[in-house]
Amino acid sequence: MAAASQMLVNEQAMRRNHMVRQLGKVGLWLNPIFAYFFLWAPIVVLVLFSFNSSRSVASFTGFTLKWYNNILNNVMGAERAFSTEIMLNAFRNSLFVGTVATLIATVLGTLIALAMARGRFPGKGLIDGLLFLPVVIPEITQAISLAIFFKVAFDWIAVISGERIFPGFHTIIMAHVTFNISFVAIVVRARLADMDPQLEEAAKDLGANPWQAYWRVTFPLILPGVISGALLAFTLSLDDFVITFFTSGVGTSTLPVFVYGLLKLTVTPEVNAISTIMMVLSTLLIGISLALQGRNASRS
Amino acid sequence: MAFHLRRLRENGSLLALPTVAWLVVFFVLPLVIVLVVSFMSRGRGGVGQMPLTVEHYERTFGVFFIILQRSIGLAALTTIVCLLVGYPLAFFIATRRRRLVQQITLFLVILPFWTNFLIRTYAWRILLGEEGTINGVLLSLGLIGEPLSLLNTQFAVLVGLVYGFLPFMVLPIFASVERFNFRYVDAAHDLGANDLRTFLRVVLPLTLPGVLAGCALVFIPSVGAFVTPDLLGGTKGLMIGNLINKQFGGSGNMPLGSALSIVMMAVVMISLLVYTLANRREASR
Repeated sequence: MAAASQMLVNEQAMRRNHMVRQLGKVGLWLNPIFAYFFLWAPIVVLVLFSFNSSRSVASFTGFTLKWYNNILNNVMGAERAFSTEIMLNAFRNSLFVGTVATLIATVLGTLIALAMARGRFPGKGLIDGLLFLPVVIPEITQAISLAIFFKVAFDWIAVISGERIFPGFHTIIMAHVTFNISFVAIVVRARLADMDPQLEEAAKDLGANPWQAYWRVTFPLILPGVISGALLAFTLSLDDFVITFFTSGVGTSTLPVFVYGLLKLTVTPEVNAISTIMMVLSTLLIGISLALQGRNASRS
Repeated sequence: MAFHLRRLRENGSLLALPTVAWLVVFFVLPLVIVLVVSFMSRGRGGVGQMPLTVEHYERTFGVFFIILQRSIGLAALTTIVCLLVGYPLAFFIATRRRRLVQQITLFLVILPFWTNFLIRTYAWRILLGEEGTINGVLLSLGLIGEPLSLLNTQFAVLVGLVYGFLPFMVLPIFASVERFNFRYVDAAHDLGANDLRTFLRVVLPLTLPGVLAGCALVFIPSVGAFVTPDLLGGTKGLMIGNLINKQFGGSGNMPLGSALSIVMMAVVMISLLVYTLANRREASR
């Protein structure tokens, strides 16, 4: 009797387990379908409606290139003045800020990565924290802290020297360098961790001074890491909106700040077209940089 | 002095000096200034002035508490939804047998995120708007009689946040599922555990480091979100990031904005602490 009920319980348990397994299987197939749809639908819709012949984003009525043509000819819907010139100018600003900030951040990030990997000095834990914080702190906090900092600093300078400094490229670049240093340092440190420190020691044993050992041995070996770090910094710089928004001055808007001004208002097919162009450009840029990194990695 | 310099050069700290100096000036000092300003009174033009006061903290935990609560609630909900969607997805990707299929499925998660965050968020305005795509499709199918108001709600913010941060959940979980040895599943079955038990007692604990990292990576930027609620939330979906932003406009109040920022940073630090402790406990087991 007890054995029979035990069997019944077992059978129930097996049936239940079978059900769980079937459900799990269905779930494991349905979930990716839903997830990929969720990830891609907004992008497909955005691109699709940038080619829609009517201004509606509710239904697709036919194909047109009209909106792309409008962007190139300073037209942006009926209600808004839009200038292709301003947009291109913002793009140039983005490239300028990104290039300068990347150069400075790459040097500073590589230096600290080397110091952390090779140096023997106290306070490394503290520096680790200092490098980690800018990565995790909310962007808006970093943005307003820099905004207040520049304001206070410029007020002081005005009091002391009588000359008023206004925010502009210099403030944006300083801000971008600050958030980029940590990312460069992370990438270069990963590369240094893979490198055998005995190679440097061998160079020194063979009579190279530290300077020569660095430029002839260490630097060529970490170069792929430095390049990856620089590309990451450049991408982050081009993409940044929040911190730039709070540190830019008149006439120094970058492309994301300019685009934000458009996006915040209504949905128009011209904005869809601009978004599509930006999407294609950034995908190309990151694709090229990844391909370069891949080539670097396979060469070394 | 010369002796000093040589010692600095020899132990490598001279290399660290420029970067540390930069971060102290442009990262630590600004945060200290924010902390100080958060205790100042509001002066003309919204800037801080003497005397010192705690009124901005009182307001943060008084009239603005509901927004703080909403921000934390929305961030927590975002984390849960990302986990529910992201875990099975990461599992699906990590268990593809062919390397190429695995790479493609992973790439399809990452690729949308090469697009600027603003534009990805804007795309949801097209979808969710009163005359947007979702309403257009539902109306033409006759499923609804009149358009749903989806945009400018907390729901829209939730969708935008999940969309913005889902890969941060998928990638760390993928990494830990990929390392997981599936022989443990066979072992658990052989020892008589059913599927649910095997998952809860074997698979989940061993992939927990990825789950914890994913949760931290989603929760932290969600609490501080500014762009998503700004573009999708309207007044109903206002989050603490928007409130901070407002304090820096024309009729702003920088000390209040600073106090809000400090409180938000405290929330982030607490969640990081929870993450570190949970991770440590997990590692010691």
